[in-house]
Amino acid sequence: MEHITLLLAIVVVTALVFDFTNGFHDTANAMATTISTGALKPKTAVAMSAVLNLVGAFLSVEVAKTISGGIINEEGIRTEVIFAALVGAILWNLLTWLLGLPSSSSHALFGGLIGAAVMSAGWSAVNGSTIVTKVLIPAVAAPIVAGLAAAAATKLTYRIKANPEAKATAKGYRAGQIASAGLVSLAHGTNDAQKTMGIITLALVTQGVVAPGSNPPLWVIVSAGMAIALGTYLGGWRIIRTMGKGLTDLQPQQGFAAQTSAATVILASSHLGFSLSTTQSCSGAVMGAGLGRKGGVVRWSTATRMFVAWGLTLPAAGLVGAGAEFLTKQGTWGIVLVAVLLVGGSAVIWALSRRQPVDQHNVTADDLDAPAEAPGVVTTAIAAVTPPPAAGSVAAVADEGLKSTIPTPGPTDPAAPPAPAAAV
Amino acid sequence: MKIDWAALGSVFGVSLVATVALVGLFSLGIVGLTKQEAAEARGGSAVLARTGAYACFALCAAAVAYGIYLIVA
Repeated sequence: MEHITLLLAIVVVTALVFDFTNGFHDTANAMATTISTGALKPKTAVAMSAVLNLVGAFLSVEVAKTISGGIINEEGIRTEVIFAALVGAILWNLLTWLLGLPSSSSHALFGGLIGAAVMSAGWSAVNGSTIVTKVLIPAVAAPIVAGLAAAAATKLTYRIKANPEAKATAKGYRAGQIASAGLVSLAHGTNDAQKTMGIITLALVTQGVVAPGSNPPLWVIVSAGMAIALGTYLGGWRIIRTMGKGLTDLQPQQGFAAQTSAATVILASSHLGFSLSTTQSCSGAVMGAGLGRKGGVVRWSTATRMFVAWGLTLPAAGLVGAGAEFLTKQGTWGIVLVAVLLVGGSAVIWALSRRQPVDQHNVTADDLDAPAEAPGVVTTAIAAVTPPPAAGSVAAVADEGLKSTIPTPGPTDPAAPPAPAAAV
Repeated sequence: MKIDWAALGSVFGVSLVATVALVGLFSLGIVGLTKQEAAEARGGSAVLARTGAYACFALCAAAVAYGIYLIVA
């Protein structure tokens, strides 16, 4: 490893940072519905997702041979270009996280790569028709396919009408959601951790550290898996809240239908030769489940902001990637400047996020502007003064305090800690 | 530019059918279990409902196992 230069070290670290943002950006895909319907407590959910992501990273034997799937010409790509692309992808991921908008981490990476490659080698470096077939059409088709499947499944499950009061119903939908969320997490770890491994390996190849076409070294696999798992565990609570609460109000049946649809679409699409975007599938499934229930609503203002973010992902990450590549072309000082800008930009976004923090305590709060501590304090206070056997009334009081609009079947509100304990 | 509409169509069809079938099976299983629960409360037992429920869940479990197989393979 003595051949590792400073630039290469920077690229490896940046790739791992991207992997980390990828993890916490995409936790919502697997766990948002599980958390918002109360199937799992928030921390338990992200911990489970993190473990499955880590496992997923080690599962696949298929080496990520290309990082962009032919969107850009990767032959003779310079390490600086990879670095610039990663900067664009990371900043866009952080910005959308700040706004709480689910957007595709892969698209952010593609956008960064396109921008950086164009700045480096001109438009000929980009394969336009591949962008359409591998990015644009999947992005449009995914929410439609997943949404229709989830809507149909939701309609069916309400028609079959399990008695919502029965214990078996609550337990059953809980188990179902956990299983399908687990599949999504596992698939995510396999796909997205691979991507980072591919990037690091490509950087190692361009610097001549490993031979072209070789497998990622073990330390790359381990560190990429760890980075994505850590990011997942920290949880992108802002995005989880948008997906689980902001788009629509989900009951356990809907959460189960949405998650099953998302898992099915992701697995079916990647094995029938037409990969659909994970984030778009999951968001579409949630909206479909919202529309499938009688009286269910989709908050189109939130959905529209999300669609706009999807549309902007490629160009915005591309612009940042191009700007970063412009600077890195200027020489060493440019690379250092980009690194400084990346750290500075991330710090600013993080500081802005602290103004209105979202964490595991208020992720399922109904009032989207409620301060972080409020629900926790309220429910613990209620829990302290209410005797535990009255589980139903605890949840009822807590619901009142939280201005809940969802008729939770009593003890499934994760914001009321004593209730689930009383239910099981 | 060549768009593989056939592949997209089959993704759509398979996703729709598989999702609806799985969610339907699972919901039926839950209904079976609640029947069993209600029968137990009355002091009886609903063998058919319980067996049917377990059959439904077994099929769902098989689907999950197939999903894991797809991820690993």
